[in-house]
Amino acid sequence: MEDAAGVEEAEVGGGAAEFAPALVAAHPLGHSVAVAVGPELRVFDLTAGSAVSLSDNSGGGSHSDAIRAISFSANGVLFASAGDDKLVKVWMTDSWCCIRTITSEKRVSAVAISNDGTYVTFADKFGVVWLVTMGESGGEQEPTDNKPVSIFGHYCSIITSMKFSPDGRFIATADRDFKIRITSLPKKPLKGAHEIQSFCLGHTDFVSCIAFTCLSEGPSFLLSGGGDSTVRLWDYINGCLLDTYQVRDKVGELLEPNETEDSNLSVADICPTNDGSLVAVAIQSLNGVMLLACDLIAKKLSFLKVVTTEKCYIPTSLSSSFSADLLWTVMGASNMPNQATSQLCTRLKIIPHFKKDPLAGCDHVPAVLEDSEVPHGEKLLLALQGSLDIAKQEEVLASVLAALKVSMHKMLVKKHYSEERREQRKRGRNDKKIKKAGNEYLTCNVLLWQEEYLQHLRSPVCRLHLICSPVEFHRKTMQFELDLDGILFPGSKNSSLMRKGNDRELEFIPNPGEDG
Amino acid sequence: MTSGDGSNGGGAGGQGKLPRKRFYRARAHSNPLSDSHFPIPISPDEVDLSQHYPRYFPSGEGEGCQGDAAVPRIRFADVGCGFGGLLVGLSTLFPDTLMIGMELRDKVTEYVKERILALRASNPGKYDNISVVRTNSMKYIPNYFRKAQLLKMFFLFPDPHFKEKNHRRRVISMQLLDEYAYVMEVGGIIYTITDVEELGEWMRSCLEKHPLFEAIPEEEIKADPVVKLLSTATEEGQKVARNGGQTFQAIFRRISLQE
Repeated sequence: MEDAAGVEEAEVGGGAAEFAPALVAAHPLGHSVAVAVGPELRVFDLTAGSAVSLSDNSGGGSHSDAIRAISFSANGVLFASAGDDKLVKVWMTDSWCCIRTITSEKRVSAVAISNDGTYVTFADKFGVVWLVTMGESGGEQEPTDNKPVSIFGHYCSIITSMKFSPDGRFIATADRDFKIRITSLPKKPLKGAHEIQSFCLGHTDFVSCIAFTCLSEGPSFLLSGGGDSTVRLWDYINGCLLDTYQVRDKVGELLEPNETEDSNLSVADICPTNDGSLVAVAIQSLNGVMLLACDLIAKKLSFLKVVTTEKCYIPTSLSSSFSADLLWTVMGASNMPNQATSQLCTRLKIIPHFKKDPLAGCDHVPAVLEDSEVPHGEKLLLALQGSLDIAKQEEVLASVLAALKVSMHKMLVKKHYSEERREQRKRGRNDKKIKKAGNEYLTCNVLLWQEEYLQHLRSPVCRLHLICSPVEFHRKTMQFELDLDGILFPGSKNSSLMRKGNDRELEFIPNPGEDG
Repeated sequence: MTSGDGSNGGGAGGQGKLPRKRFYRARAHSNPLSDSHFPIPISPDEVDLSQHYPRYFPSGEGEGCQGDAAVPRIRFADVGCGFGGLLVGLSTLFPDTLMIGMELRDKVTEYVKERILALRASNPGKYDNISVVRTNSMKYIPNYFRKAQLLKMFFLFPDPHFKEKNHRRRVISMQLLDEYAYVMEVGGIIYTITDVEELGEWMRSCLEKHPLFEAIPEEEIKADPVVKLLSTATEEGQKVARNGGQTFQAIFRRISLQE
C-alpha cells in the first residue's frame, strides 16, 4: 500500500513540474517587449505600436514546448528564447527574424547573450553550460562546425538563471543547490571557461534569480533571490555576502496569516533599476511587487514599499528597459488544464515611475497602470496577453498561481524524506524484495537467535547460514543483510540456521568446529 | 534498531581500541547524483573546525576568528577517503597540517571517525590533525573550502563507472576539475591513482586538457614522499598489490591560467 502511495505521488509530481511560468523581457532601449508563455512567443513593437509577427530563417522548427528562458542582448540587437523543447532560438530584433536555431541535448533552463553579442550561452537541465558563437565576428577563432560546446557546468543541478556581468568579464550562474558561481569568461571561451572567480554561498534554498546592478561608472554588484525568501546583495568578485533582506518580515504583515503559513514566499524574480538604486521583487504569494531600496555605497538593502495589485495578480516575471522607467510584470502559466492552447493564460501589468525619487519618499506611491492607461492600450494587451478579458477570470488566475507554486516546488525544492520513509523505501527496493508474509517473522526470529548467539560467543558477531532451497536462501540472505545491516555475515560457513518443517520456524545450529 | 546495535558494538573502540571493519558493513557505492539528506555547511565559514580538530580549536573558538591568518586551515583533502588509510599515513608525515577525508557512505565515515578517535586515544599527541566528514564532494566542495585553500587533493581508487552514460559520475571530470582548481592554491598538487587502466587514462587526459593543471616531472614525483603512500597506505592499494595488479597514477600541479 505504501508503494502505491509513492507511485501516485510521483505521478502528480511529474505532471505538475510541467507548468512553466510566463516570462517577460523588455528591450534594453525600450523598442519592444516580449512575453513568453508555453511555446508561444509574443512580441509587441513599442516604437511602431503594433504586434510583431515573427519570421524564421534559421531552418529550425518553432518552439513546441514551454519556453523557459528569454533574454535580450545588452545592446538589444539580439534576442534569445529557449525551453523544454530543447531548442535555443536567436532572433534579430530589428526584423524579429530567427537567425539561428540550436538544438540542445537536454531541456534548456537558462539562456544569455554576451554583452558584445558574440556568444550565446545556454544551460541545460543537467547543469551544463553551452556556448555558441554568433555571426562571423570571431575571425581568429578556430573554425567550428558551429555546434555548441560545453564550457563548464554545475554538477548535476538545474541552473535557474544565467547572466553576464556588466563588464563582460564574468558569467554568473545560479542553481537549485543554493549556489551561485561566478566564472571568468576567457578570451577564447570555445575552449571552456574553467577559472572560477568565486562562489556566492549563503542562500539556504534554491536560487531562483540573479541580476547584476551597478552605480553609473561604479563597481557592479550581484543581486539574487531564492526559495529561502531572501534577496541578497553580493560582492561577487570576492564571493562576499554584503546584505540579506528577508521578505517574510514585511510580507507577513501584508498577507493573511494562513497565506504565509505554508512558508511559500519564494522570490520568483528580481529586477533592478538601471541606476542601481532600487530593486523590484516578485514573491510567490504576494499580489504586487515589493520595492527594495538598494544602497550600493552603504551596501544595504532596505524595504521601501509594496506596490499592490488586484487580489489574484501575482507576477511571475519582471523586466524593465534602461531607457524607460516602466516595470513590466507578467503572470501566467503554460499547460494549464481546462485551457485551450490558443488561450494561454497570461496577464500583463505595468508599474510606471520605476526609479528612485530621492525627494518623493513614500508619499509618491507609484500605482499599477490600469488597462486603459497602458501604452498602446488594448492593442498591446491583446498582443501580449492573447485576450483582454483575462482580468475578469479570477479563478483562472488563482489556478495559475496554485499550479506555479506546485511546479516551482517540485522542480527546485529538495525533497526531505523522514528517516522512517527512507528505511521504508530501502525495504521496497526491487533487489531486496521478498514475500511480505515470511519476512517480518523471519527477521524477528533471527534477531532472537542473534541474541542467544551473542551470549554463546560473548561477542556481537553473528554468523548465520540459512539452509533452505537455493533460491529462498539467496533471497533470505539478502533480507538479513538488509535488516541487520552491519551485524550479519550471511553465507559464512561456520554455523547454520536450520529451517524446521513449517515455513516459519528457524533453528540455529552452531557449527561444532566453531571458533568461540 | 539493529544497525544501532551494530555501530555501538563497533564503536567500543572509544577507549583506544581500533574499530573493526566488520561492524561497518557498507555498500560498495553510493549514488553521487541523488539529493543529499545529511547536513551540509552553507559556506566554508560554517565549517566547524573545533568539532574536527579539538586540539587545534579548543572550546569551540574556531568559529569566531575567521580571516585571521594565524588560524590553521584544512590544507589536504582526501576525496572519497574510504576507510581512511591514506589519512592515517599522512597524519604522521605532515603532523602540523590539517587534513580531512570526505566520504559519501555513512557507515564508512563512521568507521573512519572511530578509527581516528581510537588512534588519538592510544597515541596521545598524534593524529589530532586528521578528521573525516560525510559529504558528497562532487556537489559540495565549495561549501567546505575557500578559494585557494588546499595544498593537496587526493583521489585514490575512485569508482570507475565504466558505462558511458555514467561517466558523469566520475569524480574526475573537466567540470569538476574547475571546482578542484578553485579550492586549490596555485602550486598545489592533485594526486590520482587507480587500478583501472581506462579510468587512469580518463583522469590523465582530463588533467592534461585542463588549462589550470600541468603534469609534474617524473623525478619530482619520485622525490615526493606522498607518492609512495598512494599505493601502499590504502586498503584498495594493498588489495591491488596483493593481487599483483597494475596501478595508474596521474599527479598534476595547479597552475595559474595562461592566456
